[in-house]
Amino acid sequence: MDHQQEEKVQLFGMWASPYVYKVKWALSIKGMEYEYVEEDLGNKSGQLLEHNPVHKKVPVLVYNGRPVAESDVIVQFIDDVWKGQGGRILPEDPHERAMARFWARFVPDKLSPPIWKWFTTAGGEEQEAAREAAVEHLRVLEAELNLGRNEFFGGDSVGLVDLSLGALAYVIPMYEEIIGARLITEEMFPSLYAWMGRFLAAPPVKDHLPPMEELKLRFRAIREYFLKNA
Amino acid sequence: MAEGGEEVRLIGSWASPYVVRVQIALRLKGISYEFVEEDLKNKSELLLKSNPVHKKVPVLIHNGKPVCESSVIVQYIDEAFAGTGPALLPADPYERAVARFWAAFIEDTLLKASSQASSGKTEEEKTEGKEKVAAAIVTLEGGLRECSKGKPFFGGESAGYVDVILGGLLGWVRAIDTMQGVKTFDPSTTPLLAAWAERFGQLEQVEAAMPDGKRLIEYAYARAMQAAAAAASTN
Repeated sequence: MDHQQEEKVQLFGMWASPYVYKVKWALSIKGMEYEYVEEDLGNKSGQLLEHNPVHKKVPVLVYNGRPVAESDVIVQFIDDVWKGQGGRILPEDPHERAMARFWARFVPDKLSPPIWKWFTTAGGEEQEAAREAAVEHLRVLEAELNLGRNEFFGGDSVGLVDLSLGALAYVIPMYEEIIGARLITEEMFPSLYAWMGRFLAAPPVKDHLPPMEELKLRFRAIREYFLKNA
Repeated sequence: MAEGGEEVRLIGSWASPYVVRVQIALRLKGISYEFVEEDLKNKSELLLKSNPVHKKVPVLIHNGKPVCESSVIVQYIDEAFAGTGPALLPADPYERAVARFWAAFIEDTLLKASSQASSGKTEEEKTEGKEKVAAAIVTLEGGLRECSKGKPFFGGESAGYVDVILGGLLGWVRAIDTMQGVKTFDPSTTPLLAAWAERFGQLEQVEAAMPDGKRLIEYAYARAMQAAAAAASTN
């Protein structure tokens, strides 16, 4: 079946959202073309509100007029719809799929919250506690996910877990620069550190990264806001 | 033993709604399994070895390989036992995405709000949580309408993934309704959900998986008293 002829794909997004990039990378893995619509989240379009009335958020993928919301749902939809085209996002074997889904949840459930807390808290006990919690979870990731000879968590190409962790590959170094302290060093996390470089250089990722200088300015402003309103 | 000598064990604890989800899924698919009751205050070697990351129940062990996290387990059951019993997720990719969206809503919006309502740090936070729960249930009514398209379940003619994800919570919903004299799924504001709760709760596979109502209420009261005692002793 020739998909290309009968498909219209739109992605509603925002230039700084890591969840939007996750979807862009997934579409890139499948080699899919799409129309990108930039949203002003302070002035959401009628289309966005119509496509995602429940959460009113980006990303939203619209496939032949039908909307799919929530980045993890969208990524699995992309893998389902274009099965057999481009790379695999989820493995074939059910147990391996379960492991991929398990680790993909670990990122938003366990890892991201202390990292965000570390970034949005002024220096002191509370920030140090957040950093320690983040390091503890990073250790779990480093140890349990024995990359061995694999380039990525998904094997020899970017998969679901890589996509889930992905934005942290550029966000963590940015946070480190802004705060002036390290979270991931090569000595402490050799596998993760090496993975970060490989991920940013991977074919589906390297041409689909946010504008870094603008993002850094944005993150600086965010940290200032949180410190002021603590 | 399930089909063809497969070994399926479920490590769980009788009161956990997340464990109930997995039991419902296994029963809907007609998969036999061994239930291993875990004492969460004294975790077994088996649990710690099978779920070293979270050390929580449920854990499904299929032919010696562990799977953790209830929603991951339910999807695993659907995929690993694809030839057995009804499919829990639809075949169509878009319908599947809709089901996953609503399952995520139940986890990330409804249950998060519920957690804030019961464990919020201040009375203000708790009240806000309760309001969020009420709003989420109204939204979920719309979700049921979208998924069921006039049929009895989120999964359509037969119970599916979203029914299981929400249905695991029914035991606790009933307990809370009894204890607080409320109706979480109010038939006047959320008629579809109220009817669904009755209907789903009466499926034999679900009844067999649910914790005993009286025992759950006793357990809930005991926990509340413990929490109150702990709070009083730190004042």
